[in-house]
Amino acid sequence: MSFFEKMKKQAAESSKKDDSKKKGDEAKTDESFETENFDGEPETENFDGEPETVVEESKSQEDSPAEPMEFVTSQTQISHSEIDTSEGRHFSVGIDLGTTHCVLSSADITDGDDEFSQQVMGISQLTSPSVVEEKLQLPSFIYQANDAELPENSIVLPWNAKPDLIVGEIARSLGSKTPIRLVSSAKSWLCHAGVDCKSAILPADAPDEVAKVSPFEATKAYLEHISSAWLHLHPNAPLSQQDLVITVPASFDPAARELTVEAAKAVGLSHAILLEEPQAALYSWIEQTQGEWRKQTKVGDVILVIDVGGGTTDLSLIAVTEKDGVLDFTRVAVGEHILLGGDNMDLALAYTVKAKIEKDGKRLEPWQIQALTHGCRDAKEKIFSSDAASVPLVVPNRGSSLIEGTLRSELTRDEVQSVLIEGFLPKVTISDRPVSRPRGGLQTKGLPYAQDAGITRHLAAFLAKQINAADELDGIDLPEGATFLHPTAVLFNGGVFKAQELCDRLIEVLNDWLRTENAPEARLLAGADLDLAVARGAAYYGFVRKGKGVRIKGGTAASYYVGIESSMPAVPGMPPEIQALCIAPFGMEEGTQVELPYADFGLVVGEQVRFRFFSSTTRREDVVGTRLDYWQDEELTELSEIEVTLDGEGRRNGEVVSVHLGSAVTEVGTLELLAFSNKDNGKWKIEFEVRN
Amino acid sequence: MDISNYTIDLTLKPTTLDAWHVCLAGTSAILAGALILTLLALVMCLARRKDKGDPEVKIVEKLVQGEPIIKTVEVPVEKIVEKIIEVPVERIVEVEKVVEKIVQAPAPAPVVLKEASPDAALQLLYLLQNDARFIDFVKEDMSAHSDEDVGMVARVIHEGCNKVLNDHFSFAPIAKENEGDKITLIEGYDAAKVRVTGNIVGNPPFTGTIIHKGWQVTDVRLPSTVQGYNANVIAPAEVEL
Repeated sequence: MSFFEKMKKQAAESSKKDDSKKKGDEAKTDESFETENFDGEPETENFDGEPETVVEESKSQEDSPAEPMEFVTSQTQISHSEIDTSEGRHFSVGIDLGTTHCVLSSADITDGDDEFSQQVMGISQLTSPSVVEEKLQLPSFIYQANDAELPENSIVLPWNAKPDLIVGEIARSLGSKTPIRLVSSAKSWLCHAGVDCKSAILPADAPDEVAKVSPFEATKAYLEHISSAWLHLHPNAPLSQQDLVITVPASFDPAARELTVEAAKAVGLSHAILLEEPQAALYSWIEQTQGEWRKQTKVGDVILVIDVGGGTTDLSLIAVTEKDGVLDFTRVAVGEHILLGGDNMDLALAYTVKAKIEKDGKRLEPWQIQALTHGCRDAKEKIFSSDAASVPLVVPNRGSSLIEGTLRSELTRDEVQSVLIEGFLPKVTISDRPVSRPRGGLQTKGLPYAQDAGITRHLAAFLAKQINAADELDGIDLPEGATFLHPTAVLFNGGVFKAQELCDRLIEVLNDWLRTENAPEARLLAGADLDLAVARGAAYYGFVRKGKGVRIKGGTAASYYVGIESSMPAVPGMPPEIQALCIAPFGMEEGTQVELPYADFGLVVGEQVRFRFFSSTTRREDVVGTRLDYWQDEELTELSEIEVTLDGEGRRNGEVVSVHLGSAVTEVGTLELLAFSNKDNGKWKIEFEVRN
Repeated sequence: MDISNYTIDLTLKPTTLDAWHVCLAGTSAILAGALILTLLALVMCLARRKDKGDPEVKIVEKLVQGEPIIKTVEVPVEKIVEKIIEVPVERIVEVEKVVEKIVQAPAPAPVVLKEASPDAALQLLYLLQNDARFIDFVKEDMSAHSDEDVGMVARVIHEGCNKVLNDHFSFAPIAKENEGDKITLIEGYDAAKVRVTGNIVGNPPFTGTIIHKGWQVTDVRLPSTVQGYNANVIAPAEVEL
């Protein structure tokens, strides 16, 4: 065939194609041809194309070849977290179960290598009725809606068409306008002695018709939401099969820790391990320095972790020691549960501005105060991050007319300075202590908020109280005449410390104290993520537990005692003398158990025996069985009572069984008090008091 | 009229080599060449694509009661313009042919324009009103208020709008150079992303000054909504009890 013939033949074929196109077949070949070709085109140099969207298009066109040619549109995808359907993956998951927010962070540790990279999960939640959004934080609020309040079927989650409780951002936003139906700060109630955390008491000020929940149920609801959100994104890797760490405040008492674990169990997370929040913050810092921490810390360091959350202040001291040439971290002390946090600061500013506005004779309504609080939070951050002498504050009218009736004021630098810095972080001496007023006779049932807003005074009290915390550790020596434990480094945690001035002031006050005792100044451990560090640190802890990194030694945060009435002749008008018997020493490590074989008790089967229960964060020399006849008021803190009931199993009712007491710290991190039979292997759990 | 009379029997061998046959042969050759080149280009591009391993954005569908509650925003950007970029010259002929067929054929295929879905637009209005009081502000009679008052609330609106935009979209400028810089647009530049104005004469490369750097949205994070959600309600009426 000649060249000419060849050409002719091809022309014939192409003209045949032309014919068939009229029947619509050609469209397919042409289009798929084109789009595929386009896929592979290199991008223009100056301006980036969006190749990923085109992939979707070419597929859809191949699927429907008969459709007429369209203008090709670029589809912008709405991004959500991807659903990970891969099987056999294993994660280390950390949950920060906060007073105002919950955060989940996770890392894939299937491969078991030393690489650790984690992501904070976007938690799907309702943000308003019928609207579901992913947010990194799940606000720890529950809203108990009226039946007629919300449109039908508007409370829906991607994994549940009818959730029992309204949790998250929507609860917070609805509750901000209807506070009587809002459950908040459930976590603080968990640690509130004198309240049965399993009785439905929240919202505390609600009218009778509002269905109430217990602090325990609220905790359960948050965990359940997070667990379901996780399952939704990881259908083949339920949370119940991952390494799970839940954080609690270091100041949580044994009962509150137990309740947290129980809540986790109730939603199928029975393997969850507890970690103290300040420790988690330090773990997160260790992870983020990527090995640099070895250079930034040294033997003899005492790291002070100051964690100021939305509603609580949590203090911890962690010492750095050396063992066999390896740096060792030991948590040596934790502070008390102080209900004082960032929300107090915003409220304080709002009331300052309110007073200013009311001087002009205007009265503010509650919603305006609330809007002011919100405005002050932003204004405060603006003042701290700029040189502005004042920031205008505007509370727009609630009605559709925005300008009419708008409230206007300003927040000045001086006000922020005097209210926040001088009010919350006053320059005090190390000998100052928090002021506690005698409580008024009439009090509404509520949380025991800190009476003194001076965080520095709380800090001074803590450091002075813990002066002997590191005595037993090698390499940490206090100079003669020291009146408090000298921290050498400070780690901040919590959104409050985004304001540099606040950090600076705290460091300044601390360094003033150190200078008066001729101690070197404390340095700042920088680089921590203030909002998400706790969850990130918790996830990292799951990794560390596999032997992949440095571990902080913790153990029990206090020593624990039961009160025993001493046998003395009764003196009228005097309560019987009480002795404190140590049943769990300070720093008792996970997975250990101790018993006190002497100190026998005759317990009647079927009858409840109650003990007074004490803790101490300073008496670290006491061992199991130490009997205290006398102690200083500040040494021992009385907790809720504990009780033991011997079940009748194999025994006659009324039978007296001789037992001795003991304690165990579970792998999970909770304290168990036990009664052991002196005759056989009988063992009973002593329950933490749950009654009011 | 019998159409078969006009059918050309292409199997016939040409007996004379007249101008029409030369023309026919030439067209055949060009088309054959174009076909081979495009096929070659296709093979090369596919090979290159594999190497590149472009990340694909997967569509994530969230199911509520078995119903997808995802809403996709479709931004009508005529990608066809982009398709013409950097095609070998031979291919342009073919692409143009396709376009011609659509636009100028005696019986044109209907051009289907994509209707914008109102839901996503309404959702954006909802967010702007909810977080920034945007509708309240724009709908208010501004002439009744002093500049000072307007400026005062403008802060609230500006802050809120900025939050909505940052929370739900990611933006990037199109031109990486600064405004005021001189740039040259090479042949095949993306006319959808770059609009030339003024003294447009001749063929690219064009040289000009960047007046506006342009904006493009690189990521959209709109909330999902439940089936049956009334998107027309931008802000519910509020009644305090």
